[in-house]
Amino acid sequence: MQQPNKLTPFFENLNFERDDNTMVINFGPQHPSAHGQLRLILELDGEQVVKAHPDIGYLHRGVEKMAENMTYNEFLPTTDRLDYMAATSNNYAYALAVEKLLGIEAPRRAQAIRTMLLELNRIISHLFFIATHALDVGAMSVFLYAFREREYGMDLMEEYCGARLTHSAVRIGGVPLDLPKGWIENLISFCDKVDYEVKNTYEALLTENRIWKMRLEDVGVISAEDALNWGCTGPMLRGSGVKYDIRKEEPYELYEELDFDIPISDRCDSYGRYRLYMEEMYQSTRILRQLIPIYKESEPQLMAHAPQYLSAPKEEIMTQNYALMQHFVLVTQGMRPPKGEVYVPTESPKGELGFYIKSEGEPYAYRLKCRAPSFFHTGLLQELLVGTYIADVVTIIGTTNIVFGEVDR
Amino acid sequence: MRKYTPKDNVQKKAYYTDRYWVAPRVPREAVEEGSHFAAVADAMKAFAKESYIEVGQLVIHIDPTENFEAIKTLKEQCGYTQCSEQSAVDYLAQDGEFELFYQFLNINEAKRVRIVCRIKEGEAIESIVPLFNSASFAEREMYDMFGIKVNNHPMLKRLIMPDDWEGHPLLKTYPLQGDEFASWYEVDKIFGKEYRDVIGPENRDPSRIERYDTKRFSRVGYEVPFDADISEGEKPNPIEYSETVLVDYNKDSGKQLEERR
Repeated sequence: MQQPNKLTPFFENLNFERDDNTMVINFGPQHPSAHGQLRLILELDGEQVVKAHPDIGYLHRGVEKMAENMTYNEFLPTTDRLDYMAATSNNYAYALAVEKLLGIEAPRRAQAIRTMLLELNRIISHLFFIATHALDVGAMSVFLYAFREREYGMDLMEEYCGARLTHSAVRIGGVPLDLPKGWIENLISFCDKVDYEVKNTYEALLTENRIWKMRLEDVGVISAEDALNWGCTGPMLRGSGVKYDIRKEEPYELYEELDFDIPISDRCDSYGRYRLYMEEMYQSTRILRQLIPIYKESEPQLMAHAPQYLSAPKEEIMTQNYALMQHFVLVTQGMRPPKGEVYVPTESPKGELGFYIKSEGEPYAYRLKCRAPSFFHTGLLQELLVGTYIADVVTIIGTTNIVFGEVDR
Repeated sequence: MRKYTPKDNVQKKAYYTDRYWVAPRVPREAVEEGSHFAAVADAMKAFAKESYIEVGQLVIHIDPTENFEAIKTLKEQCGYTQCSEQSAVDYLAQDGEFELFYQFLNINEAKRVRIVCRIKEGEAIESIVPLFNSASFAEREMYDMFGIKVNNHPMLKRLIMPDDWEGHPLLKTYPLQGDEFASWYEVDKIFGKEYRDVIGPENRDPSRIERYDTKRFSRVGYEVPFDADISEGEKPNPIEYSETVLVDYNKDSGKQLEERR
């Protein structure tokens, strides 16, 4: 037995001295397939998990506390750091919550650009999912191929906003920039590339792959009832046969006008979820293609007109006295939304990403709660892992697609 | 006399406030007859102290002692099968109370309901884990962040902060930069409290940046020799980035440089 003292604190790494032939092992926080900083304390009986205890908080940065000490616009770049695989989804979810609080709506061109960015981020995030999931399970080449396509997607993001990972590409009330010249053409070729590669590379490599199927089929089975009860959303919920997608059921932005399908899987296991992710990428490229004519037909206005809350466009600030004064007040003091509370859910690549904002009419949010899908999916691990074998633990963590930026916040 | 700063809420305050300005309120609508929410409000009538619609979602205020029964009714009679979120808002400074909220989703109707209740400081709330497993992590987080105790929770223990942490970070009394305990946490844990004096505040945080430190911090545009004394100020030392890029390292050929030019 290890003797804990101040310099060598006691960690539950390995403890063989148990009477009932079980073993406690410590999985993470520095485990390559822990997807960040997940520490799992697993109690094993032979190779079977008897008890799983997810221990989180290694990436806690106090985002909600920071939100109470920042003006609404200042906080927006912080949201990038939540789910850093799809930063624009977080920016958007936050911006939408504040817009609902203010009662404003972004102009149509901004909506088209935002929807494009959201779907592009969905593809980037799903590519990352398949890359890391395949790598965890042991298919190294898929990782390399998927990262190649992901780079192209990030090139598009970089061309639009200058950043590859932490985009801050959305503003409260619209978007900061119009699409650059030639972006649409690049987007079309990216969509073609993704469609081709998903079909001919990833699915060709994995879908009928014997090892892949053996590792994924009937692993991490979760019934529809359990999925709902544990707060699963997104692919975790649809992978259990519940057809619920916030884009379809509670539409925001332009999703109401777009024609796309919600894939579901009734296998309830990791393999079904993998197929779902692949299908969602096709649907995202389908949405992106439909958005191009909508974007082209729209008026060039990028930010909503709400002088009480949002600065005027740059030309007006530089030419008109009143717009400059307004801008000065908004930058130095921050906007003051009305008193009230909102909870706005959006469908991020990982599930329901919602922001609850309580405003007391001050430039600082009184309380901001980020409802992150990965947080609840991590909670699910304490039930999902029980009864599985230690070799499947990695597959199950991979299939939940958790990102620790948003688990710990 | 020293300026008075309130201790019950140490979060950032607006620098300028117009004392005649009254913040407007997000419109609260009455529940419309015959709608889905009217049926929910009717089923919840026994518990609801107040109910209205705010930004498309039904908000029901209930008594904290009845939270389990009310949520059970909501789940079983109104079909709200998912608890999306559960947390609290700190109103200790104003009212000596916490405001707890539960966010629910009805999959079939695509409608959302928020249950709100207020508890006094030091009071506990009944756990809803028997109804919704998703609340197990949410309630633990609430306990961790606010110190609100939850009765009959299967494992009520800190979730995000370390187990031996003191204080609850999301309280309004907790400063953004952390308190005394937080700043000495690592030193206390590894070396013991008696080492606070030995280590000192300047060494406790390895990522701390000292204004006059020329050893560890790159002073871009103001470079000085290592360990120089700059307490009297330092001279600007602009770098010509373009020159650095175009240094002709192989003077003989010069081919590469020409291409880059």
